[in-house]
Amino acid sequence: MDVWLPYAWDVVRLGGMLAILLGLAGPLTWAERRQSAMIQDRIGPNRAAIKIGNKEWRAFGLLHPLADVIKLLTKEDTVNIRADRFLYNLAPFISLVPALVTFAVIPFGPDVTINGVAYPLQVARLDAGILYMFAVSSLAVFGVSLAGYASASKLAMMGGLRAAAQMISYEVAMGLSIMGLVLYYGTLEPYAMVRAQGELLFGFLPAWGVFVQPLAFILFFTAATAENKRIPFDLAEGESEIIGYFVEYSGMKFGMFYMAEYIEVIVVAGTLTTLFFGGWQIPYLMDHGFVFPWGGGLDLSHAAVTVLRIGAFMGKLLFFCWFQLMLRWTLPRFRYDQVMSLGWRRLLPISLANLVVTAAVVLWLEA
Amino acid sequence: MHSYGLLLVLFGIAAGIATILYAITVTLGPRARNPTKDEPFECGNIVKQVNHRVSVKFYIVALLFILFDMETVFLYPWAVIYRDLGWTGFWAMISFVSVLMLGLVYVWKKGALDWD
Repeated sequence: MDVWLPYAWDVVRLGGMLAILLGLAGPLTWAERRQSAMIQDRIGPNRAAIKIGNKEWRAFGLLHPLADVIKLLTKEDTVNIRADRFLYNLAPFISLVPALVTFAVIPFGPDVTINGVAYPLQVARLDAGILYMFAVSSLAVFGVSLAGYASASKLAMMGGLRAAAQMISYEVAMGLSIMGLVLYYGTLEPYAMVRAQGELLFGFLPAWGVFVQPLAFILFFTAATAENKRIPFDLAEGESEIIGYFVEYSGMKFGMFYMAEYIEVIVVAGTLTTLFFGGWQIPYLMDHGFVFPWGGGLDLSHAAVTVLRIGAFMGKLLFFCWFQLMLRWTLPRFRYDQVMSLGWRRLLPISLANLVVTAAVVLWLEA
Repeated sequence: MHSYGLLLVLFGIAAGIATILYAITVTLGPRARNPTKDEPFECGNIVKQVNHRVSVKFYIVALLFILFDMETVFLYPWAVIYRDLGWTGFWAMISFVSVLMLGLVYVWKKGALDWD
């Protein structure tokens, strides 16, 4: 049993991660449409149904993502005659693949101990995990700009350019904004960072990133939304204006850009949870059960603690997915000059200042 | 090392998923081409040529990105071992960051960040 268990576990963690990403992306498209309908006082998607006998089963429109996929898969695949065929076909791949692999370093649960050996619920435990995350997620900019370039359409070209310039601008601020956290926890490994967030500040406040670095949370969230090109930063698409870098794409090739966007929503939610909201940590829940700062506690078995912690991660993940959907339907769109100005003139200096202040405070507290 | 192997597997799976989706949509879709459909989408106009020359602003942003992203990468190893470096590390990085801030102030005053 001990021989094959590590390999079986590899299947478990890979499968778990892909199940989170692919299983949640579809329902998220439904949730987004349903949410916007609620906000705008409409009914929203509710027509797709499965008919069993005389009974129609609609499931609140939850079948719409499924219907969408079938429809996208059976649509004509068009490539216009001026397009650069190779790059045009390559672009959706470069968008989707980085989105799928970024989540690999995020721990979606604590280590599970079986027969005294710890098995991680995290696909890859890299010393430079956060660096990997930034490196891979920034590859998406190639997909976007190649799609715009290879389509040989003016609107796609404009969308691609805008998207590329915006993504690289916000990447700087995004990288700098979490530097304070790296400095405070002294590690680039997400699992170690989550572990460190289980400590208590002043004896009662969990040492979550958002309490240690509240400003960094706002900066990072803003930059991540801009990276994902969602409202208020959806200048690359501007649904009513230029439609965007994927205007020439049809069928599932368009669907791959669409999927990538929703998977990135999940990745952003996972990153926020891991870096700023304690990952799978529950306040006062230690490895052996609850220990409350006001005394008392509750002993729990390893299995119970593990299940609770995985549940906590999923809960936080879903909350931040929902929060991003709310954000999209609440805010208006920026102008392009405002987007660039916010990135370079506000986020960048503020995150640098945040870093310097954090550095000074950390040393001052140590002394 | 095992982690990197798994990452490689994951890249393979991700590329596999994308390839399967691509293959299905190319095979299942109908094929009905016509000259108008072959043209790029352009709100009713027929475009002759896409102008691939772009505003110089985008090049400037790309240059600035290279500069400042490099700086971010330099800061990561510093941040990880910051507590061991102590005040020496603090002042060393202050001097590095202030040079970069000077650069930012320069491009700001030069108007490289203006989009109008």
